[in-house]
Amino acid sequence: MLQIRGLTYEVEEMGEKKRILDELDLDIKDGKFTVITGPNGGGKSTLAKLVAGLIKPTSGSIILDGEDITEMSITDRARRGVSFAFQQPVKFKGLQVFDLLKLAAGKETDLKFHDACTYLSEVGLCAKDYINREVNGSLSGGELKRIEIATVLARGTKLSLFDEPEAGIDLWSFQNLTRIFENMRKNITDSSIVIISHQERILKIADEIVVIANGKIKQQGEGTDILSAITGTPDAVMPCVKLTEV
Amino acid sequence: MPELDPIQKRLIAEIADLHEVPAGAYNFRANSKLAGRNTTANIDIISKEDGTGIDVKIKPGTKNESVHIPVVISASGIKETVYNDFYIGEGSDVVIIAGCGIDNCGRQDSQHDGIHRFFVGKGAHVKYIEKHYGSGDGEGKRILNPVTEVTMEEDSSMEMEMVQIKGVDSTVRTTNATLAAGAKLLVQERLMTHGHQKAESVYKCELNGDGSSADVVSRAVARDDSYQRFDACVIGNAACHGHTECDAIIMDNGNVLAVPALQAHNVDAELFHEAAIGKIAGEQLDKLMTLGLTAEEAEEQIINGFLK
Repeated sequence: MLQIRGLTYEVEEMGEKKRILDELDLDIKDGKFTVITGPNGGGKSTLAKLVAGLIKPTSGSIILDGEDITEMSITDRARRGVSFAFQQPVKFKGLQVFDLLKLAAGKETDLKFHDACTYLSEVGLCAKDYINREVNGSLSGGELKRIEIATVLARGTKLSLFDEPEAGIDLWSFQNLTRIFENMRKNITDSSIVIISHQERILKIADEIVVIANGKIKQQGEGTDILSAITGTPDAVMPCVKLTEV
Repeated sequence: MPELDPIQKRLIAEIADLHEVPAGAYNFRANSKLAGRNTTANIDIISKEDGTGIDVKIKPGTKNESVHIPVVISASGIKETVYNDFYIGEGSDVVIIAGCGIDNCGRQDSQHDGIHRFFVGKGAHVKYIEKHYGSGDGEGKRILNPVTEVTMEEDSSMEMEMVQIKGVDSTVRTTNATLAAGAKLLVQERLMTHGHQKAESVYKCELNGDGSSADVVSRAVARDDSYQRFDACVIGNAACHGHTECDAIIMDNGNVLAVPALQAHNVDAELFHEAAIGKIAGEQLDKLMTLGLTAEEAEEQIINGFLK
């Protein structure tokens, strides 16, 4: 179980402190498919990055299975079972898809081609077309996203975080992506999956939905209850404000 | 294996991935002497009369054959200049594997300057692989100054892989190519320098015929206090396509100078260059660390992939 207590994250903007997360408390239970949603700029991605260790909190604590991981490095958290799929997948010159999947699976696993094939087919990619491709700009946004998800699948850890998997991809690719998450939802055992998403199709398959706005939890509960409560409200979509002349 | 001592055998393995006598034609040179030679029905290797090098003659139409011409130096204080000429017959398709390894445990510098000239016949295809490597903990430097001159006839093509990963203290690599109509040249350079090493790569490609093309791509890593200079000039004298690319990662106090130059003498010449120098991107390290690698392991994987 992941427990977050009093988590605060502040940045300095134009000489002023801005609070992105504000003493947030949250429990992510094992065996659950949790979707974190809410308006843009509300602190969702910041929360995921804090859990993965990409950024350090101003105050508060992050506890994984009873162990305080707040001060741990990215590597130590990863080795304790935290996986993170980046919103903008990172590109590498020279590193190939198979290299990345091998690194994800770890030295002990010695991932073979047929294992890599399994992970790639789970994300809708045919291994023979991709296994030797470089993870660089020659791949489309949708392909990079799927490979990013495949690296998390290859790790098979206790906690998998996905930061807006739908961001930057076309509708066709997104429809395929939702199938991947539906499959993950079906096969969940004692691990936890946390997805940051605005998409209704992802929200629909959630066991739990957490709504974060202005750095705080606004609503939290069973998927179906929260979804009906937020549908059509500014919590589900970014509120649009008409620009006026200054 | 020809008459080689254990150090020479190790050098051969490093530069040519050879652990036994290769199939096909070969010419092994060790400490300035011929250490073994084999010719085939289609590939002849002849020592120059003045003893300064070899002529490799490949008959027209020769297909799927290879020539290994490794050079190793395991004695300190050797300085040599070798002239090797390659005549690649029309319509042939061959692989030429060169390379030089120097092990210097002594106080004196060891230096090998190989001057290779390629005459690529009409429609012929050559894959040329050249790997440089240095080892030994002596005070004497390991110095390599290869010069490659390529004359490509109509519709010929050449792929060149130039690799220098470790242990060479000083190198100036000069490559000059002239291309006739329809000829295609692809150069892929991989270079890593460390310590106080210096490496310069100078390319000059003259595209003289319509439909000719040259693509010179360098990936380089400069670590510690090393220095690299990449100077690539493409001259378009016809309706041609030229591209040069320098992509360098700098680490520690590494220093890289990229000097791309393009010159068009024909309105239909299309010439491009790209150059990027910078440290390893922080997000690349972060991504690999989220897979459980330490920062050092992540760095090593990124460099290995980059230079692959």
